[in-house]
Amino acid sequence: MNKSELMKTANEIRKGIVTAVHSAKSGHPGGSLSAADIYTYLFFEEMNVDPKDPKKADRDRFVLSKGHTAPGYYSTLANRGFFPVEDLATLRKTGSYLQGHPDMKHIPGVDMSSGSLGQGISAAVGMAISAKLSGDAYRVYTLLGDGEIQEGQVWEAAMLAAHRKLDNLVVIVDNNNLQIDGAITDVNSPYPIDKKFEAFNFHVINVDGHDFDEIAAALKEARETKGQPTAIIAKTVKGKGVSFMENQASWHGAAPNDEQYETAMADLEKVGEALCQK
Amino acid sequence: MSEVKKIATRESYGNALVELGKKYDDVVVLDADLAAATKTGTFKKAFPERHIDCGIAECNMIGVAAGIAATGKVPFASSFAMFAAGRAFEQIRNSIGYPKLNVKIGATHASISVGEDGATHQCNEDIALMRTIPGMVVINPADDVEAKAAVQAAYEHVGPVYLRFGRAAVPVINDRPDYKFELGKAVTLKEGTDVTIIASGLPVSESLAAAEKLAAEGINAAVINMHTIKPLDEAAVIEAAKKTGKIVTVEEHSVIGGLGSAVCDVVAQKAPAKVLKIGVNDVYGESGPAAELIKKYGLDADSIYEKVKEFVK
Repeated sequence: MNKSELMKTANEIRKGIVTAVHSAKSGHPGGSLSAADIYTYLFFEEMNVDPKDPKKADRDRFVLSKGHTAPGYYSTLANRGFFPVEDLATLRKTGSYLQGHPDMKHIPGVDMSSGSLGQGISAAVGMAISAKLSGDAYRVYTLLGDGEIQEGQVWEAAMLAAHRKLDNLVVIVDNNNLQIDGAITDVNSPYPIDKKFEAFNFHVINVDGHDFDEIAAALKEARETKGQPTAIIAKTVKGKGVSFMENQASWHGAAPNDEQYETAMADLEKVGEALCQK
Repeated sequence: MSEVKKIATRESYGNALVELGKKYDDVVVLDADLAAATKTGTFKKAFPERHIDCGIAECNMIGVAAGIAATGKVPFASSFAMFAAGRAFEQIRNSIGYPKLNVKIGATHASISVGEDGATHQCNEDIALMRTIPGMVVINPADDVEAKAAVQAAYEHVGPVYLRFGRAAVPVINDRPDYKFELGKAVTLKEGTDVTIIASGLPVSESLAAAEKLAAEGINAAVINMHTIKPLDEAAVIEAAKKTGKIVTVEEHSVIGGLGSAVCDVVAQKAPAKVLKIGVNDVYGESGPAAELIKKYGLDADSIYEKVKEFVK
């Protein structure tokens, strides 16, 4: 995919996020939108995955450690062909396979159930260790929130990942600067995030999480890095793409009403049209 | 005195892991800096590349085990019961239980027979915690023979299993040619008509000795070894309730939420009978030699004998 196609795809994924959360009347749009470009690049360019064979043995693994941004994950998987895009409207509804947080038992393309913060990265470390043990070539990617890294377990996992030289592991931090109670700097600052991962013996790359060139270059650098895991600190805008949601902590876990939904979709349609004219 | 062979079930765990390692390439053993105590060190010596020491970070270890299981291998994650079932409860519930991952948790140093380390390390709550997790199998073996068989059975069972082992050496009571371990199937060690003692883990041998003392006084007590707490052998409990009308449960665990509670759940709903629960009575343990603590907390043969005698009077 060229850059313009990636941007169009990310825009479609954003529409899916807004549609799913609006339909569910609850959910987490802010952190889903901030990570939409990262999701897009991972699932449409970087990772070896096959929607027709979601469990194929040599697939690259992805663990959404910040499991509450399931709408972003699901919209990406749906747009990639793992399941119908129309199903996004069943998010969080009784009986739907699209649970509020990722459920590996029922959702095609989900490699690990997650939702309780700090736990996904440990599972990703386990998958990377397993690959090393049996000499498998697949790589493991995990996406964390910048608030999530307040969990101590994240650093237990990071310590082990570097100790075992897991160069098949990429930890991506969606650094949108906001958590439920406000700015991460006001709640309990995890900064400097890059220096912390460096101190834990990671190879660290800072990127603009909405710039596909930077995301691509960082993931390439990660693949070329040997003997240590890579952490990509992606600077992002929470709620990215929906004007009234951008940089608002209140949109961490709230659904748009009908009127807001129309505004949000109009925002995204406008972006889509502009991309088509390019 | 006749010589009774005594082995701690944590030793059995380490030895059984080596046997598994020889047979199956997909067995991976994890520990959290306690390999010398949990006896996974025995496995480490035989298969160093398949032993992952996660350091003192039990919550992460459980998540790592989940990730390893998600790729098709069979991890045995090991620590003391306190730090596996206790500290990492939520990780076990959400990262292993909910996705039904094929992780075996080998928890050693359960309850008061930990001895001198005292209350902080004596987990009397692990069975209660683990049996609330949907799909979790909970096994509490009584001796060396049973512990080794339980490890093999845990490997063969696809899904999460909690295995509970002890620190202190316990008599080998199942060393007979026809011994067979069946997951979820209670073992009747002694038939009886007046009362049924249902025991699990370390107190099984003490209960057998208590039953002998009771027999000398004309009280005919049946003894059942309930090695699997979940799924519980309900049929065996119902039969005991109907046959003897009185049940005594004996466990090295809190009387809240463990074997006694599991038995009461069945009895209350399906075969009303009077139940006496013997266990750790909603208190913390303390430091002391294991044998002395077992006596002090009423789990030795003499204490069981006294309580059962009073109960059936």
